[in-house]
Amino acid sequence: MFPSTIFLSGIDMRIVLLSENGRGENGRGERIRLRRLLPSWTALLTSHVSLLPLSLNVALLASSLSAADWPQFRGPAATGATDEANPPVEWSADKNVAWIAELPGVGFSQPVIVGETVYVTSSSGPSNERLHVSCFDATSGKPRWHRQFWATGRTVVNQEMRVATPTPVATAERVYAFFSSNDLICLDADGNLLWYRGLMYDYPNATNSLGMASSPVLTRDTLVCQLETDDASFAIGLDADTGENRWKIDRFRKANWTSPVVFNSDDGPLVLLEGAKDVTAVEPTSGKTAWSFAGGGSTLSSVVAADGIVFVPNNGVTAIRPPAGGSSPETLWRTPKLNCSFVSPVVYHGRVYTINGSGVLNCGDAKTGEVLWQMRLGGSYWGTPSAADGRLYCPTREGVVKVVDVSGEKGEILAENEIGEPLSCPPALADNALYIRTDTKLWKVAAP
Amino acid sequence: MQFRCFSLCVVIAVGGHHVFAADSQQIRDALEIVNAIGREGANSIEAAKAARSLAEATPESLPTILAGFESSNPLAENLLRSAVETIADQAQESSTALPTKDLIAFVNEPQRHGARARRLAFELLARADPDAAKKLLPNLLTDPSAELRRDAVGHWIGEAEELAKSGKPDEAKAAYEKALSGAVDDDQVTTIVKALKERGVDVDLQRHFGFVTSWHAVGPFDNREQKGFDVAHPPEGQIDLDAAYEGPLGEIRWRPISTESSYGVVDVGKTFDNWKGSATYLVATFDSPKGQPVELRLGTQNAWKLWLNGEYLFGREEYHRGMTMDQYRIPARLKAGENSILIKLLQNEQTEDWAQDYKFQLRVADPSGQAVLPAR
Repeated sequence: MFPSTIFLSGIDMRIVLLSENGRGENGRGERIRLRRLLPSWTALLTSHVSLLPLSLNVALLASSLSAADWPQFRGPAATGATDEANPPVEWSADKNVAWIAELPGVGFSQPVIVGETVYVTSSSGPSNERLHVSCFDATSGKPRWHRQFWATGRTVVNQEMRVATPTPVATAERVYAFFSSNDLICLDADGNLLWYRGLMYDYPNATNSLGMASSPVLTRDTLVCQLETDDASFAIGLDADTGENRWKIDRFRKANWTSPVVFNSDDGPLVLLEGAKDVTAVEPTSGKTAWSFAGGGSTLSSVVAADGIVFVPNNGVTAIRPPAGGSSPETLWRTPKLNCSFVSPVVYHGRVYTINGSGVLNCGDAKTGEVLWQMRLGGSYWGTPSAADGRLYCPTREGVVKVVDVSGEKGEILAENEIGEPLSCPPALADNALYIRTDTKLWKVAAP
Repeated sequence: MQFRCFSLCVVIAVGGHHVFAADSQQIRDALEIVNAIGREGANSIEAAKAARSLAEATPESLPTILAGFESSNPLAENLLRSAVETIADQAQESSTALPTKDLIAFVNEPQRHGARARRLAFELLARADPDAAKKLLPNLLTDPSAELRRDAVGHWIGEAEELAKSGKPDEAKAAYEKALSGAVDDDQVTTIVKALKERGVDVDLQRHFGFVTSWHAVGPFDNREQKGFDVAHPPEGQIDLDAAYEGPLGEIRWRPISTESSYGVVDVGKTFDNWKGSATYLVATFDSPKGQPVELRLGTQNAWKLWLNGEYLFGREEYHRGMTMDQYRIPARLKAGENSILIKLLQNEQTEDWAQDYKFQLRVADPSGQAVLPAR
């Protein structure tokens, strides 16, 4: 890690920035959006110690992502949490709803937010063959642009699934949209098409008749996608600038809906590929295996990497410490009671949160795995909760966002906010706002 | 692939002015580069750059760009779509008119232009002149574009409903029958069939969708531990309906199997006493009135392989992830006369209730989804 010079509004400010390349840039020389990094590092430098682990993760993930954005599935560090947002607790038709935008199709993908830009994907048509990437102005909710494509891969999904289930990844300059059809589309912030890959067009048996859900991750200028099915099954690393293959490795042949996650090791970022047989860490630019955890993972709930620990969901949660130099990870603890059902764990301020199939919210100690408390939330959950400002925002299939205060010794439900449509993806949190995606609408909830 | 010398820099708009003429060589060169995009990222960057340069063309260039779809694979179609949408957006922002007459002419030339290009032309027209687009719809009922066809069917369903409300039952029934003549999407077909049934008309769905309902089957062959997918049993080499084979349960012979299911579902599981961990071959003859491109549209939640006239087309080793109509669309070419369609269907040994189906449905359709019926 190297100290970096940050240029902000014409003023040079020297602070410690733990960016990926130590230069305050991503690998393409694009300057990281530092305006939004400042609050995070101000907090860090003013001894808000509890923020340290999350902020470190965000900075290490870096690239051109910023701490205050929500640029990918489950937030800036893919932990389901951010320290850069303070959304409202309560809202209603006439309170704290900034805008509601109609979407051109349906989907379960999470909205992603970079600065003043919101990207959402959806699909439409009788066979969901029309793919949509929509860009909205975060302040006004007005559409900036909307691009449509014809799917080049199969769009058959279960009626309870959606073609637009994978969440896009965005930087300040680009958005990478991915779909169940394995169409992978790179657009610039103005909606210009930079490259297009049809991964099912290339590899026709990389498909799942229930639907694909894995969201891509971006690190080291490499976009990593997991396409694991009962037939063709692989992970692939693509040059983020060109869309060309950097590597492609075989994976265990079993349908898998989990998403890759970036783990920041001392030697640089690794990408964690979770599957039924193992969790494998690969070097992002080569796909070479760094280490593997043979204990296996879930095929539904995605791993979380935080504070140097990897939290693996599978019949509860298993915490592993990746090895410093090869070999096998060390198992720190395993807690079956931290059952995840369909959602992924959230790691936030030293605690692990899961919601089981009965709608019970579990809180565990991230260091020991000890279950600290449990509470019955009620409802059913497909979307992982999102955490900010000491609260969990839990989206239910019944169309309610339950807001739980998790800052104390026990959890406490602060509010139950009706949305009126089933919720199937996590809310995105950025600045003072909560972005909620229903099947057909995008809500921004923010205090005026 | 060799390209004509082409400098992208000359086609970038300068000062907000478009530099492409409506039918310039530059556009044709750019289209050639876009259409060279291939699998696994081949020519991807050059193609995307060329598409972005096309996005700087004038609205008058739209018919030329749309005509460029003729040589496009699905990737290139999306690149061109992106360019066309950008041109249309810019025209809208600058209040520049789209060439609506040319777009109408383009939509009205199904023999000359591809389905997707015409659909996109229709969408542009709908943006620029919704009434003109609406006027085209009634005549697009049997269009090669599934999307145009769907909108046209929707139009005729709407007409039928209005006629019914107006107390014109005979006209309403005729409008529903007209709608059915173009309907290929199951949701629309279901709506129409229900309305016609209320008016005393029964629709033969097997025939409407073109399901193949009569087969010969032989099995079970061994697929215990899912080891049978790549084992080539004799039917994969030669179809002999008089032959006998040795299976895990003893001698097996071909026997006829057919279905009365409206949606052509063939229940293979009911054919054998013990069918867990098995493979079954099913063969049907399709008498095509002419040589023609078709799609073999298969639905099954079992693993499968498919051959046409002895040529292997595709296969998938997936079990119990759901079965839907048109789940798999496999392009094929029928020859004139008798064609042999062979399916290898495999069942695994899962014990869950939801993993017991051993079924499939197959229909022959054109790319729009319209049934292709046998000569007899």
